[in-house]
Amino acid sequence: MKRLTPRGLFWLKGFLHLSFLSPIIYLVVMVLTDNAGGDPVQYIIHYTGMGAINALVVTLLISPIAKRFKQGLLLQTRRLVGLYVFAYACLHIAAFISLDLLFAWGFLFEEIIKRPYILVGAASFIIASLLALTSFQAVKRKMGRGWQSLHNWIYLMALLAPVHFYWSVKSEIIEPSIYIGVCLLLLWYRRQAIKKWLFKS
Amino acid sequence: MVSKKGFTKGIINKPSWSLKDNEVTPESVFSDRRNIVKALGLGALGASLPGQVQAGLFDLFGSEDKPAFAVQGLDYSKPSQFQISDRLTPEDKITRHNNFYEFGTSKQDPFENAQQFQVNPWELRIEGLVDKPLTLDLNDLTTKFDLEERVYRLRCVEAWSMVVPWIGFSLAELLKMAGVSNKATHVAFETLFDPDQMPGQKNRLMGGGIHYPYVEGLTINEAMNELPFLAVGLYGKTLPPQNGAPVRLVLPWKYGFKSIKSVVKIRVTDKQPPTSWNQLAPHEYGFYANVNPQVDHPRWSQASERSIGEGGLFSAKRIPTQMFNGYGDQVADLYKNLDLRKYY
Repeated sequence: MKRLTPRGLFWLKGFLHLSFLSPIIYLVVMVLTDNAGGDPVQYIIHYTGMGAINALVVTLLISPIAKRFKQGLLLQTRRLVGLYVFAYACLHIAAFISLDLLFAWGFLFEEIIKRPYILVGAASFIIASLLALTSFQAVKRKMGRGWQSLHNWIYLMALLAPVHFYWSVKSEIIEPSIYIGVCLLLLWYRRQAIKKWLFKS
Repeated sequence: MVSKKGFTKGIINKPSWSLKDNEVTPESVFSDRRNIVKALGLGALGASLPGQVQAGLFDLFGSEDKPAFAVQGLDYSKPSQFQISDRLTPEDKITRHNNFYEFGTSKQDPFENAQQFQVNPWELRIEGLVDKPLTLDLNDLTTKFDLEERVYRLRCVEAWSMVVPWIGFSLAELLKMAGVSNKATHVAFETLFDPDQMPGQKNRLMGGGIHYPYVEGLTINEAMNELPFLAVGLYGKTLPPQNGAPVRLVLPWKYGFKSIKSVVKIRVTDKQPPTSWNQLAPHEYGFYANVNPQVDHPRWSQASERSIGEGGLFSAKRIPTQMFNGYGDQVADLYKNLDLRKYY
């Protein structure tokens, strides 16, 4: 099989940017043209949440694909896709706080306590934020071995994010169940690495 | 914890009901928005998007070809005791933000999937422990009773709310016409079961896992109260399918899911009937489902609600939820001896 060249990587990255940006443009067009329902708040929150979890699945797919097809260069797309997970998660939370809670901060605290699925989502978001903050090359160099150890927390996020989805829905559990299954498969594929990470002090 | 009655920053405790008229977008502007989109050259933008997104965009431009469900104007009175000063939710929000899982689980699905729904012929049967079982056809629904308009608050269990001008007649009036037996303790309601017309009944993924047909119930005392309303219209016209055409129940002091849509059967019984959401998740949805800010849903608070606004995305308000959705004067007596924490 042909190896991915740096030039190919450049185009692949361009394609990934387009793939992750165009759904946001689509959302904006749908909302502005009044095609996202009479009250699109739930639509926007769900849509951006789905964007985050889809991007998460894509990041977790990259290294298995790179290994299977011996495409080392592919690993360089992980940072880009990972940052889209963070970007969608930010939009998701911003939509929840601004459009659903309507900036009732006092109520936010009560909501977090009363909605355990929000706690689970908030935990995923904290992990995503830490990974985004430490995603710069300079930080990575400075952190040395600790960097990989920190970024392995994505495995926990791969559990928490689909559970958050499953827990938040009223009754439509088929789709979130599929996401839980896919994430578990992707974690199973990494079971050796996860064992090492958890049990090696 | 934030106290229920206290002031919470950001929550408007005293909604300004001062505005009298709702601000419905004029129809000409509403229908012209597609032309505006086209003029902006969004077709070219669409062509640059990946496949699935493109399909969505085509849906968006294709949807105008499907004719909307035809509604007719109605004659009705406006009894003063059922006119409230709350600002009405605009019609296009009431008809485009619906939970009607028979047509899909997203809020916009019913509007998109229900326009071809056939309501003629229709049969609404009133049966069970009654002196005279009745069958009403489509025409009877709008002619047999003097229709009236009632402006009711609607509080969804998902913590959003609307104010809706329904047109219809009182459930008690219909039950009196049929003559309720003194053995009766409950009334059971059932939605049409027609998987060919209701895709959610055919496809589990689309129908949200509810066991169809959708069923609901009331105690006989609740049913004979003045509030339960059989709506056949909305905003002066017959109901569109996404709002439960041709006839739906409206119970303003209970969470929205109790207000069953597209009803074909009303059965008076001497047993508590099963109810759909209770069957699906009994620890989350009880038989009574009265609006109650003190009893939270296991997964979220019911203390406040997002009142859907009259304009854009930011016109919504967070308001405190009222006990019995503000209808305590009419219904609180029904529950005098009931522990509402246990019978949620």
